Amino acid sequence: MRELLKAEHIAKSYSDKQVLKDISVTLNEGEIVSLLGVSGVGKTTLFNVLSGLVMPDSGTVTLEGEDITGKAGYLSYMLQKDLLLPHKKVIDNVALPLLLSGVRKKEARERASSLFEQFGLSGTEYKYPAQLSGGMRQRAAFLRTYLCGKEVVLLDEPFGALDTITRSSMHEWYLKIMDEIRLSTILITHDIDEAVLLSDRIYIMRGSPALITDEIVITENKPRSPEFVLSEEFLRYKKQIKELLR
Amino acid sequence: MKKERWIPLAVIAVFLLVWQLGWQFEWVPRYMLPSPVMVVQAFVSDFPLLMTHAGVTMLEAFIGLAAGVLLGFMCAAMMDTFPKVRAGLYPILVLTQTIPPVAIAPLLILWFSYGMTPKIILVVLVAFFPMAVGLMEGFQAADADMIRMMRSMKASRWQIFWYVKFPNALGEFYSGLRIAVAYSIVGAVIAEWLGGFNGLGVYMTRVKKSLAYDKMFAVIFLVSAISLVLMGLVRMLQKKTMPWNYLKDTEEYKRRTRNEEF
Repeated sequence: MRELLKAEHIAKSYSDKQVLKDISVTLNEGEIVSLLGVSGVGKTTLFNVLSGLVMPDSGTVTLEGEDITGKAGYLSYMLQKDLLLPHKKVIDNVALPLLLSGVRKKEARERASSLFEQFGLSGTEYKYPAQLSGGMRQRAAFLRTYLCGKEVVLLDEPFGALDTITRSSMHEWYLKIMDEIRLSTILITHDIDEAVLLSDRIYIMRGSPALITDEIVITENKPRSPEFVLSEEFLRYKKQIKELLR
Repeated sequence: MKKERWIPLAVIAVFLLVWQLGWQFEWVPRYMLPSPVMVVQAFVSDFPLLMTHAGVTMLEAFIGLAAGVLLGFMCAAMMDTFPKVRAGLYPILVLTQTIPPVAIAPLLILWFSYGMTPKIILVVLVAFFPMAVGLMEGFQAADADMIRMMRSMKASRWQIFWYVKFPNALGEFYSGLRIAVAYSIVGAVIAEWLGGFNGLGVYMTRVKKSLAYDKMFAVIFLVSAISLVLMGLVRMLQKKTMPWNYLKDTEEYKRRTRNEEF
């Protein structure tokens, strides 16, 4: 397996409070890796460092061996809020990364619209985000992230704002789409079920300042069926993680 | 909403009726208060003259408004981009608002004489403030996460402004514009009072000197009608340029919020 993203010995403080202390994570090609920890443990800070929006106090981030510490624009980044521009039609929202990089509007729209069906968004092209349901908006945001065209995607609690029923249909959809497009992903979550269901590996983040305390490999084959959550295997992982978080 | 439209209309009708009756029974001396019918007659008989003056006033107001909006926009963009400019300029902007326009108008007339220039400058001054402050607040209120997302996509400063900050300030822009439009007509009229050759303010001072109460009322109503129409136009423009802002009114939106689909 090819190693894509590697963060080594990341430390970061804000004013006098140390948030991250010596964090190292790696992401291999085609993998989904979760960062699991309670709210406020510093997961988002770590993402800001990985995406280059924030410079760490020490440590390095490399993408395929190239140093990208503190450099934005190498990874795609998606947040819990869908952050769709309310004044743009869905298609232009989705095509935003293309438009920003200078692709002409007509071509950007064509490239975006060819993916609408796959992302379960058919017929929403010329609507405004406010006319879409929460799940649809999140899928639109996901398609936009995908169109950033980066090899590595950072997802910051992408399903966190959805209600439970919508969330589990989104999980199903996500398993299916990831089987099709195989994006290498790091996923932030505080939901143990979500982490076990979606991930190849789980990093457990704990403490203040935060450390990676454990790493768990989920060996269940992919593509996974939604029934995985009902298996004994699943429960075993869940129990193990609960104990580690205690 | 629509069903209640008749209430203010009824209030106005009652008001006009009481006014007419008051005139009929001489509750107020007749030479001081004309009847609504007389006001309408004065308006009709002086219509061509009123329109000429209104044309001048509106021209002053439009030129001043356009310049004020443009300046306000540039100032807001500068204040948003450079925190130091904001720190230096914003308190002063607020401070200048304590100076009433009526107080500067005579000075402007002394400086720039009786032509259109002092009127336009006064309109620029009154239109500038609501635009600059409203727009800057709109720019500043842009979602920080939205900007973070744009930055992660390597958006330039200009792109962030164009895609996030400017649309975010459009609502404030139109609120500011509605105020600025009303101010600009009033500002032009005030400046005309103090000296000039044409304009509704000039007309007002002339009919005042001849104690033509009916014409005074006619011009007052005309000024208010012009402001109302212009504010209505701004609202229409807003509806046209910000369709996403009015989705809540559409049937589809209501249907969707009733029955949230995945």
